[in-house]
Amino acid sequence: MSPAQLIVASLALPLAGAAGIALSGRWPNLREGVTLTTAVALFACVLGLLPGVLGGALPQLFVLEMLPGIALGFRVEPLGMLFALVASGLWIVNSIYSIGYMRANEEPHQTRFYVCFALSLAATIGIAFASNLLTMFLFYEALTLVTYPLVTHHGDAEARAGGRTYLGYLLGTSIGLLLPAIIATWAIAGTLEFTPGGILGGAASNAALGGLLALYMFGIGKAALMPVHRWLPAAMVAPTPVSALLHAVAVVKAGVFAVVKVIVYVFGVGTLAKLRAADWLPTVAGFTIIAASVVALYSDNLKRRLAYSTVSQLSYVVLAAALLTPLTVVGAVMHIAAHAVSKITLFFAAGAIYTASGKTEVSQLDGIGRRMPWTLGAFSIAVLSMIGLPPAVGFVSKWYILAGAVGAARWTAVAVIALSTLLNAAYFAPIVYRAFLRPPAQAAAAHGEAPVPMVAALCVTAAATLALFLYPGPLLALARLVGRMA
Amino acid sequence: MTFAHLPALEVVVPLIAAPLTVLIRRSAPAWAIAAAACSFSFVAALLLAAEVAAHGPISYHLGSWAPPWGIEYRVDALSAFVLVLVSGMATVTVPYAWRSIAAELPRDQVYLFYTMFCLCLAGLLGMTITGDAFNLFVFMEIGSLSSYVLIALGRDRRAQYASYQYLVLGTIGATFYVIGIGILYLATGTLNIADLAQRLQHVENLRPVLAGLAFITVGVSLKLALYPLHLWLPNAYTYAPSAVTAFLAATATKVSVYVLLRFYFSVFGLHLVSVTLPMPEILLVLSIVAIVSASLVALYQTDLKRLFAYSSVAQIGYITLGMSLTSRAGLTASVVHLFNHGITKGALFLLLGGVALRAGRTGLDRVHGLGRAMPLTSLGIVIAGLSLIGVPGTAGFVSKWYLVLAAIEAGRWWLAAFVVATSLIAVAYVWRFVEAAYLSEPDERTPEPGEAPLAMLLPAWLLVAACVYFGFDTSYTVEAARRAALLLLGAAQ
Amino acid sequence: MSVASHFSYWITILLMVAGLYIVIARGNLVKKLIGLSIFQTSVYLLYIAPGKLIGGTAPIISPAFKIYSNPLPHVLILTAIVVGVATLALGLALVVRIREAYGSIEEDEILAADRAGGDSE
Repeated sequence: MSPAQLIVASLALPLAGAAGIALSGRWPNLREGVTLTTAVALFACVLGLLPGVLGGALPQLFVLEMLPGIALGFRVEPLGMLFALVASGLWIVNSIYSIGYMRANEEPHQTRFYVCFALSLAATIGIAFASNLLTMFLFYEALTLVTYPLVTHHGDAEARAGGRTYLGYLLGTSIGLLLPAIIATWAIAGTLEFTPGGILGGAASNAALGGLLALYMFGIGKAALMPVHRWLPAAMVAPTPVSALLHAVAVVKAGVFAVVKVIVYVFGVGTLAKLRAADWLPTVAGFTIIAASVVALYSDNLKRRLAYSTVSQLSYVVLAAALLTPLTVVGAVMHIAAHAVSKITLFFAAGAIYTASGKTEVSQLDGIGRRMPWTLGAFSIAVLSMIGLPPAVGFVSKWYILAGAVGAARWTAVAVIALSTLLNAAYFAPIVYRAFLRPPAQAAAAHGEAPVPMVAALCVTAAATLALFLYPGPLLALARLVGRMA
Repeated sequence: MTFAHLPALEVVVPLIAAPLTVLIRRSAPAWAIAAAACSFSFVAALLLAAEVAAHGPISYHLGSWAPPWGIEYRVDALSAFVLVLVSGMATVTVPYAWRSIAAELPRDQVYLFYTMFCLCLAGLLGMTITGDAFNLFVFMEIGSLSSYVLIALGRDRRAQYASYQYLVLGTIGATFYVIGIGILYLATGTLNIADLAQRLQHVENLRPVLAGLAFITVGVSLKLALYPLHLWLPNAYTYAPSAVTAFLAATATKVSVYVLLRFYFSVFGLHLVSVTLPMPEILLVLSIVAIVSASLVALYQTDLKRLFAYSSVAQIGYITLGMSLTSRAGLTASVVHLFNHGITKGALFLLLGGVALRAGRTGLDRVHGLGRAMPLTSLGIVIAGLSLIGVPGTAGFVSKWYLVLAAIEAGRWWLAAFVVATSLIAVAYVWRFVEAAYLSEPDERTPEPGEAPLAMLLPAWLLVAACVYFGFDTSYTVEAARRAALLLLGAAQ
Repeated sequence: MSVASHFSYWITILLMVAGLYIVIARGNLVKKLIGLSIFQTSVYLLYIAPGKLIGGTAPIISPAFKIYSNPLPHVLILTAIVVGVATLALGLALVVRIREAYGSIEEDEILAADRAGGDSE
């Protein structure tokens, strides 16, 4: 297939998959078969685009002109390539996990769940491959809307409240801030195409650009920069596979992806470096990193602790991109992938613990590692990655960010990263300690591992966390291509 | 030969169809006649629009009397666009009415519905196409009188009182309009709109002209339900039969907006309207108040038809807001929203008609768990609701885009912020339906599972599809609106 | 510029305001319609009065006459009168129906019935 056909296939496959899932809803085995087949086929399609992009090609697809001068179009550049690879790859694993989780917990509305999941993947691929801001915005909004039924999956009062917060924050920021920013960009620059070096250079006064940057950074609510991070903990009411989708596969990744995209391709690193009005961004990101870590430290609920850890880790990406050096941009891009595989492992483990033992609080986990060695083993590997220790992939991204920050003599950033590493260790290490070294509580009911598909899925992602440390080749190549454009 | 008389036939065919349906007195043939007349008007409107796009404005002299003495029918970029909207909505509504009206009216009255429907259509099309200010009044009254009857056909007794209220306010509005025209006639001695514009430039004593402007503004504003002259609208929309609500919501107020645009930009001219008088500022304030207050009131309604009726008042505010910016982007936004809001509201009210048919009424307490009982209807309402909010990929987004762009181009950042902020109120009221339909368990008031009849569902979904289609392919709507805006501003200079 | 020379305008304005006042102030639906008709009548005067020239005749071209009245306003108002009659007829028909449904034609009683009755089909 030609690259353009592959782009079409990548977008159409999840949509067709959603239709297939809806039609086969009465036969669960067939339905899950459709999900898995679609996921594998999608990954294959995305993989098919990789050699070209690594070779420096930028496959394009023009669909139609949405507004005069603004196309609905797609262009696969290295950053989008990486995001699409991560999302489509993790969808396979997540589907396997979902099958185990949804069946073991006897969740209702499973067809709707798989349909919305497939639709959200279509939206994610759209975001990844979008060639301009409007196309990206279109799929960005679509992602919010199709994940809403997933977040409110249980349909009870708590889910409703969580859904309102989720929708309120995401639509509020995107319609209220991001859309005006995009329209203003159109009014100032006369184009919305993602262009290496940016489109806003010299087009407007520094104050206007500074204001615009603020609109973008807080308008992309999915990146969860404080104070627009509240939706992420609120969305914890959803079933665990959805949390994994939000935190690792699609939603927050779409947020930081959009942030990096805007910094590199809309403003341009060179333009921002000259812009005094952009200096606040590393500060806000740094504050988010530390503050979210502190909240995580004091959260006893495991999923809540993981959620705040995500808020903190996302700001690593924002901070790295905002430092505006090629090395940190490489680090930011790498961290999108690194955080994805590690965080999905953590959520999978949390879901497996809940399914097997019904436990949700950190303080209940004493000795659980002996009963669920595989799950907690994988969890420990992911924790290494989150802290940034070898031999996990988190080390690679943090290395690039630190190297870039030191090279640019941004000592505050270095200090923030160092401090947050300590905090990461402080809130993750006790979990591992409790699980393996504390004796189990006396009254605890006997239980073993979670169902096989779940354990298999989390072992795969844990293995990927290690594998990407040992063989970061293709990812790093993509990240370097992005860094070269910065 | 026929082609040359298309502008006249556009109006005359539905006008003749009306008495024909009375003569036949049976519902099925009456329906067929109405459907044929509406389809003819739609095709004619499309042909006229194509002709205008290719060769410029058409001027048709009724009875071959040359203007300004004879009545002129004038089709240009703007009126052609409105003609397409009005006749298109009628063509979608008539097939829908087949089942919907049969369920809501006694059998022996059904043919009279089609009589009134054809008259109403003729009135609205006539208002749009005519180039004569007094002729416009006559068509306005044809359209209004028939719409009073249409509204009074509602099953609820409150429909009659709503219709009476609308009759009083509508007549006052039309009379104000005709007073304004009378004053202009005294000042210039002409009734032809193009001629009026010419001669007004040479009028020395401006005071009567300004009085005429004031009368016309108030009169037309009553008709288009500009805040605070909107009081007739919520009741009329709530209690009218479903097909009537959908048709009127999509067309009647829009045609009045068209009349206001015509008079402000083509007749009085930008200088008189914005320099001599502060009309843009007044419109701006009224629009802002309309958007905020009507959206907030909509938020607290317990009946869906009423909720979306108030939302209409707010959306009309967006249209007049674009007008008040008096820039190219602003007018483009205004005209494109006129169309996009027409199809969006049309879709919503048609779908609600299905809900009313299955659930008896459209209270929010009747739609608990509707997502499972009527999946297609619910999904349609959600999609049209998204268009109302202005989510990208829907028609409403295109309008919002131009509105915000116009505000930014005018340097009014606060206004851009206002527009996007108020879209969020729309999220809140649309989400009341979403939560009721999808996140609540069905109870005894929820209708039994089963969709509305296909004859109702199909037209409604056609409009829902149009909401999505015109969100992606904007080449027709935006291009037409852009040319209309150029025309209005060109005439204004 | 005396009051007398603008006599017809004063009458017009008086009728206009009186008609509107009745529509607003009266709660009886029939009286409201009467007010509406008076209001519309003022418009007929507004159009017709200026069309008449003192000493003017019907516009039939003849060497015997020099001054003609403008016939156009008369024609226009003929149409307006028809519209007015139709409006009045429709309004009265509605009042009859309202009376049948509510048993009253007083605005306040109807509103009270709606508030009390709430749901009636």
